[in-house]
Amino acid sequence: MIKTGAEILCECLLKEGVEVIFGFPGGVLLPLYDTLPKYPDLRHILVRHEQGAAHAADAYARVTGKIGVCLATSGPGATNLVTGIANAYLDSVALLAVTGQVPTNFIGKDAFQEIDITGITLPITKHNQLVQDTDDLALAIREAIHIAQLGRPGPVLLDIPRDVFQGKTEFVFPDKIELPGYKPKLFGHPAQIKKAADLINSAERPVIIAGHGVNIARAYAELKELAEKAQLPVVTTFLGIGCFPESHVLSYGWLGMHGMGYANKAIHHSDLVIAIGMRFDDRATGVVSAFAPQAQVIHIDVDPAEIGKNLNVDVPIVGDVKNVLQVLNKQIEKRDHIGWLTQVDEWRAIHPATEIREHEGVLPQYIIRQIHEATRGDTIIVTGVGQSQMWAAQYFYYDKPNSFISSGGLGTMGFELPGAIGAKVGAPHECVWCIAGDGGFQMTVQELATMVQENLDINIAVFNNGWLGMVRQWQELIYNKRYFGTQLYNPDFVKIAEAYGIKGQRVTRKIDVRPAIEKSMEHKGPYLIEFVVEPEENVYPFVPPGKTLVEFLEMPSPTGSLKK
Amino acid sequence: MSRQHILVALVQDKPGVLNRISSTLRRRNFNIESIAVGHIEVPKLSRMTIVVEGDDAKVEQVRKQLDRVVEVIRISDITGDNPVAREMAMIKVKAAPSTRSEIIQIIDIFRANIVDVSPDSLIIVATGNAEKVETLIELLKGFGIREMTRTGTIALPRGGAGPLTIDESKPLRHVVEHIPAEEELPNW
Repeated sequence: MIKTGAEILCECLLKEGVEVIFGFPGGVLLPLYDTLPKYPDLRHILVRHEQGAAHAADAYARVTGKIGVCLATSGPGATNLVTGIANAYLDSVALLAVTGQVPTNFIGKDAFQEIDITGITLPITKHNQLVQDTDDLALAIREAIHIAQLGRPGPVLLDIPRDVFQGKTEFVFPDKIELPGYKPKLFGHPAQIKKAADLINSAERPVIIAGHGVNIARAYAELKELAEKAQLPVVTTFLGIGCFPESHVLSYGWLGMHGMGYANKAIHHSDLVIAIGMRFDDRATGVVSAFAPQAQVIHIDVDPAEIGKNLNVDVPIVGDVKNVLQVLNKQIEKRDHIGWLTQVDEWRAIHPATEIREHEGVLPQYIIRQIHEATRGDTIIVTGVGQSQMWAAQYFYYDKPNSFISSGGLGTMGFELPGAIGAKVGAPHECVWCIAGDGGFQMTVQELATMVQENLDINIAVFNNGWLGMVRQWQELIYNKRYFGTQLYNPDFVKIAEAYGIKGQRVTRKIDVRPAIEKSMEHKGPYLIEFVVEPEENVYPFVPPGKTLVEFLEMPSPTGSLKK
Repeated sequence: MSRQHILVALVQDKPGVLNRISSTLRRRNFNIESIAVGHIEVPKLSRMTIVVEGDDAKVEQVRKQLDRVVEVIRISDITGDNPVAREMAMIKVKAAPSTRSEIIQIIDIFRANIVDVSPDSLIIVATGNAEKVETLIELLKGFGIREMTRTGTIALPRGGAGPLTIDESKPLRHVVEHIPAEEELPNW
């Protein structure tokens, strides 16, 4: 059937199972926006800034396991996507970014709103393509979605000129893709898996580090089987949070700069690290040369370029985590590791990372714990970046996969509001809490309008401490309290919400925290709570930069000295 | 140990591939010593020879990064395979009647060719490994080089099948019939 390029895009997206597009229109996208109403099954959500579209699509993909789609016009629309695309790239999220482009005969002439977005996004996309002909469009879309999802996921950008949207051609949905250069290894090498099994079976002090790859590969059941069969303590990475239930007896929190002291100690003293779907990021390892000094390392990852990138490993296994674990688990012997687990439990007893100190003011940690209790843990938490993000990760216990949505690799302030939109759209029947700092909230505050327009039932908690807290913390601890550029003059957040048509309240007393949380959850539609929190609260434990994982600072004792 | 590495890659002949390769190398902080691209016997495919300096582990890391580029079909580090590596240089050198015969003698020793003669200059074409070409250039500098250009190294491994040999029994075409379906979230 003869169809226009715009129709072909819609048809292909529907055939690929896409239900939602987060977008913002513009001149060169008009042919597409003239076509979208003909495809009511493609829900278009109008954001207020293209960065929001990318973040919402990113969070949507993390929650649903499907590809997230965002749409922006040429020029500034496309460049506004860049932060969101980079965020998805560093966190390995399957994202399809579609940008409009000036008509092909204007390309290279610095036309109005023309920018070389494929050039700009080259280092932050898994793949990108300028589609030059309507005839090529259907195949380009199929390839893009295939590449974005298969193997290690990542963002793919398609740049589509206006005349390619307008052009007509015979539409055939390609039933085959030919990509000679893209053959991810999905099954691990049997000999390597055997080696790994032998190491696990003979290890005395083994520890699993489970990363975002477990969430992406949806290998929760396989991970649980491995841990239970061999009685291995499970530590997750920051983005691995939720891939193993934190209430499980074998769960030992997460590692890294603000991770649990006992998790970091377990890794430091282990004789075998089983790294599953993670990449030894510097925030996770501390000084990498002193990471797990006595341990042999098994590294399972689908991306061969991650093997040996930051750390030399003893047994690399390239393959999809789920497939590898299925084979590996069959070769694992039952063990109990009682001595080792007792040792780690002792560390947990002396380094309780998630205690809340006695304090009459409103502590951010207390708020997070109250949200956990009020929701009984049954909610999706979407965070911004900084102190509030770390407290949300530490003081909430995540038992469900993909219930903690956060910007890990890029550390993008402003992810929280659009991220919560994407999460709620992806999981409309789940409770969603957006944990925002007063800094990050104002970076994408305009997305409140999107929430109202789509009437999304999102609970927003803004932690107002009047500081860019994480930077202030570093200035306090590392730069001898020389505070500069971190104190905030803040607006009245409740009035801002009100101006957008969102109900809300300000909480300044500890006693009001829980009732406010419950009121927000009872309310249908978006609701904002501004928590005026203790201004100079710090995130602990804290591994200062340049230190090893076991050199963490803990919350000062009431006498004021820092415990080491 | 830092040393010179020769990477060879089989790539799809599409716009932007060279850009992706060079961008990946730049991002990993490699300085490209030379890069040469040309078509091969199979349509729509090109072969690249990339020469970079770096220690073995770092080059292996960047090789894997380059392998992630979707248009790269295969990429291999052939430094250890004792490959035949050659490059070509064209050198326009000043040649007065008094120096011409001396230049011709040098050219003969290096088995280079004169491809153009004008009253006051010669264009010399030399092929060989990089060291030979460098030496010739050094010698010709004394006569005055007007302009010159080099192709960069191209290389083939010695012996039978190399890492990029296209095996006719194993087609390069990688056809994907369907995308693996996502599973539902399991209940804990």
